[in-house]
Amino acid sequence: MDYVLSLLGPLWQGTTVTLKLFFITLALSVPLGLVLALLRISRLRSISTAVNGYIWLMRGTPLMLQMLFIYFALPFVPVVGIKLPDFPAAVVAFALNYAAYFAEIFRAGIQSINKGQYEGARVLGLTYAQTMRRIVLPQVIKRILPPMSNETITLVKDTSLIYVLALNDLLRVARGIVQRDFTTTPFIVAAAFYLIMTLVLTWIFQRMEKRYARYDD
Amino acid sequence: MISARDLHKRFGHVEVLKGVSLDMGKGDVIAVIGPSGSGKSTFLRCLNHLETIDRGRIDIEGETLVDTDAQGHCRYVGDADIRRICRKMGMVFQQFNLFPHMTVLQNVIEAPITVKRLRREQILPTAERLLAKVGLAEKHASYPSQLSGGQKQRVAIARALAMEPDIMLFDEPTSALDPELTGEVLRTMRQLAEEHMTMLVVTHEMNFAREVANRVIFMDQGELIEDAPAGEFFANPCHPRTRAFLQSML
Repeated sequence: MDYVLSLLGPLWQGTTVTLKLFFITLALSVPLGLVLALLRISRLRSISTAVNGYIWLMRGTPLMLQMLFIYFALPFVPVVGIKLPDFPAAVVAFALNYAAYFAEIFRAGIQSINKGQYEGARVLGLTYAQTMRRIVLPQVIKRILPPMSNETITLVKDTSLIYVLALNDLLRVARGIVQRDFTTTPFIVAAAFYLIMTLVLTWIFQRMEKRYARYDD
Repeated sequence: MISARDLHKRFGHVEVLKGVSLDMGKGDVIAVIGPSGSGKSTFLRCLNHLETIDRGRIDIEGETLVDTDAQGHCRYVGDADIRRICRKMGMVFQQFNLFPHMTVLQNVIEAPITVKRLRREQILPTAERLLAKVGLAEKHASYPSQLSGGQKQRVAIARALAMEPDIMLFDEPTSALDPELTGEVLRTMRQLAEEHMTMLVVTHEMNFAREVANRVIFMDQGELIEDAPAGEFFANPCHPRTRAFLQSML
């Protein structure tokens, strides 16, 4: 038991790295995903095709590869080539990758809204932007809560990929202790940490679903 | 108030409007009847730009919404002008199209606040008066899903009236309702007509056309076949197609 307690300090240190990556990624990729979704349903073919290509690229290659590319290869790319420190490189890769997934969730949500809602708003004089902001997007939130819940839970666990940039997240710290002490207990404690984080997320999403259950479509 | 000249509209290879014209004066209550697929809903939807026409001209209260030049190019005015002109017309849909995430009251005050930039307390008395008028004052905090079809449609009417339109367009307002619920909606519409609202109503309700409308229009296969005062229309239909249709409705 004392051994387990002695693990909490270092594992909490790792958890702060994990949480930092989680929250920054979420804060960047949700707005970016929304913009991508709106561009994706744009009538301008070229824009929609470009966004489609972006989503294909981001979903079609491993997140780890994207992270390694941004950290190791981007500095050598002409024009856009910049050398990012390890954590910012991870943030950029995560945000760009998750924005692609969120964009598809938002797009599906937006397209699931009945055409009559747009017409109802239009005959009242609302512009397209007002219709999106006041009528469509508030209804989209309710419909996308289940897939968003899935995706954010996946994000919590995906943060462990940053070990490849030698960043000390929860799992990498645990692995270090396992190799040092020759016991698998740190893995079990780390699992508990992850479970607590996903439990909190699950609970938040359940609360939101309940809140949005006050009306039916 | 509305002048439509020679409206043409096609969906792909199907010509749904083959040159429909209509002049509508202030206080007119016009019922548009005809078999399904006759183009009557499309005609209505063209008037407030829910559909665009391919040829013809539409003027709303003396302002041109769309015109066609000598070369046959159909030209609409700019987007802002379209919105401004079309705002003179309120519309009620067959499927209500209420906003499900908003309460009854929020549905009614949404457009006055967002579009007309009124403050909540400025529109609230009007909204309450309109809800009382359609008999739903006590339902202001309900969500649309908690209402019956007839109640939904009456909220939709109140919502349209909150924008103070000069003309009301009704696209089969009772067609999605259970028969026993059509009465309450028709009563509200009749009340509006008695207050001299200018109304264009696409409907299958022959009694409404007969009793409330002052003019009845019969459309068939994208053409306006007959346009007559209501009494005359039912007593003495001129066109054989009108007669056949009226017979089939009995």
